[in-house]
Amino acid sequence: MQKGRKIIAIGERDGVPGPVIAECLEGAGYEVVFQVTECFV
Amino acid sequence: MTDPTRALRVGIEGVWFSLTHVPDLVRYGSKPVRELRARPALQAQLAKRLRGFAEAIAYAPHQVYIGNITPEKLGAIEKPWYARPIENATPEGRFGDVIEQDAFYTQLCSADRFDLVTVEEHWFHERAAGQANRRRVRLGSSAEIELRCAEGALPLISGERLIGAFEPGHEEDANLTAEVLLENLAAKATAAHSLRALLARVKLDSGEIDYVISCSEEAVGDRYNRGGGNLAKAIAEEAGCENASGSDIKAFCAGPMYAIVHGASLIQSGVARKVAVVAGGSLAKLGMKFESHLRNNMPVLEDVLGSFAVLLTPAKPAQPGIRLDSVAFHPVRAGSSPQVMAEVLAEKPLARLGMKLTDVDRYAVELHNPEITVPSGSGDVPRTNYLTLAALAVMRGLIHKNQMEDFVRARGMSGYAPTQGHIPSAIVYLGHALDELRSGKIRRALLMAKGSLFLGRMTQLSDGCSFLIDRHDV
Amino acid sequence: MNFENQGVIKRLADQYGPENLTVVLGNGEAGGVEVFAETVTEGDPSYAGPLAGVALKIPVYHILEDEVIATVPAELREQKLQLSSLVIDVEPMQDALKASRAKL
Repeated sequence: MQKGRKIIAIGERDGVPGPVIAECLEGAGYEVVFQVTECFV
Repeated sequence: MTDPTRALRVGIEGVWFSLTHVPDLVRYGSKPVRELRARPALQAQLAKRLRGFAEAIAYAPHQVYIGNITPEKLGAIEKPWYARPIENATPEGRFGDVIEQDAFYTQLCSADRFDLVTVEEHWFHERAAGQANRRRVRLGSSAEIELRCAEGALPLISGERLIGAFEPGHEEDANLTAEVLLENLAAKATAAHSLRALLARVKLDSGEIDYVISCSEEAVGDRYNRGGGNLAKAIAEEAGCENASGSDIKAFCAGPMYAIVHGASLIQSGVARKVAVVAGGSLAKLGMKFESHLRNNMPVLEDVLGSFAVLLTPAKPAQPGIRLDSVAFHPVRAGSSPQVMAEVLAEKPLARLGMKLTDVDRYAVELHNPEITVPSGSGDVPRTNYLTLAALAVMRGLIHKNQMEDFVRARGMSGYAPTQGHIPSAIVYLGHALDELRSGKIRRALLMAKGSLFLGRMTQLSDGCSFLIDRHDV
Repeated sequence: MNFENQGVIKRLADQYGPENLTVVLGNGEAGGVEVFAETVTEGDPSYAGPLAGVALKIPVYHILEDEVIATVPAELREQKLQLSSLVIDVEPMQDALKASRAKL
């Protein structure tokens, strides 16, 4: 996954939620410009 | 293990689960309204895929919902369930019922205290006169109904027939449009029906109820008080609970769980002696995934409103009850990961009682019917939730990774509830839970539900609530 | 993908340029992943949302894909993603997303 690209995190409530994706990738040094959690039901 | 006789327990006296079959209201579901407006050609496709009442009765997940088939048996029926109608299925269930559309329209009229609904007089005399409280039904000629609809009332359809008109409650107030009021009145009517049915089942006079809690998801109010609420009081009135008051609990899909905790707490504290926890159906969620059903040549499965009523009383010996000492909430600082949810809602409350994840015989999570959700790419929600519990058990060394499927099979169940938001959230299992506890098939069940608070744009947080149910002499 | 989120992605693509963006998903099951991927690469396949007919060609990953999870510091990975790794079957999603990225 290319370093330097900004991240859009689309999480799922029962999968991996948005804030968790964001936290993990920020920890990896990426810039997260948007995160959201979708709820399918 | 904690002494179960010293447990803080509130009795579950009875439950009732209703499915109200309203194929001609699917067009007023939130998704259908928008999609049909954008692509009117869909209307004809949708009409071809709506089920009749007989089909809705015989649909296996519906028979599970009303108590005639166990979730376990459902798991053994080959899919697609919609292609395998249950023989000799009845709309009367062991702890529930399936209600036909015309009966619902009559309930709607009865619940209407503001002359919002006018029904066509011939239709009424043909189909509904026997059931209705005639005093409260506003009748009109078909010409009058057509005129009202032309002037802005929402048409009420039965099959090909225009049978009624639903007026707005106010000329300007966006919170009192016909669409909003139909949603709210449908929630009121379906909840009141379930409550009346429950009282009849347990042979309790409606005057015995002290308090009604509603956990329906609609906002009841006007432009100054958009979510003012207390639909519970309206439901109490409609169900003849003359000595009751009530209030609403609002917590998205976790609402029913909180409502039961609050209701049980009223009883434990002595503030009330007989509390009814009720929920009405969510009209907005009708046909939510209808496009995926059409694409897959399936019937439109989201054609039912789900409602329930639960009666809570002080605990009696040998009676299944809620363990108030097992209640768990999801605190703000916990964060939204599925792992934390499982820790906070299952592992920790069990540990407080000296138990492990493997001491629970049955878990009830969000029991959405996978046949509805899988075609739209939304997955099998119960399965994912069960796998999460199993995964936590693996991480704690309670089971091996290769035992996860066994865990899911033994302690979980197939989803079967309609996607009616709060309705599938653990609580839907309560009827079967009572059976399994009474027969001794299980010693205890953990009910856990989550709420997607982030949908309301006030917080990014998720939410959840759980409790154990067991039986006194265990 | 929810129309509102499609709209946000479109807006961010206008703001930053799609060549500077990556989408990372957290889906629990493979079912919806291909549609999500197509939505931000070729456009909304249902032709109904804001990304209908808009081919952004943004590469799509899942947070649990080998090459993504490898970038996450070990402690964070353990605390936040370990359980999801047990629950979610990444393989079918990884296959679908690798195929989607290969087309870009």
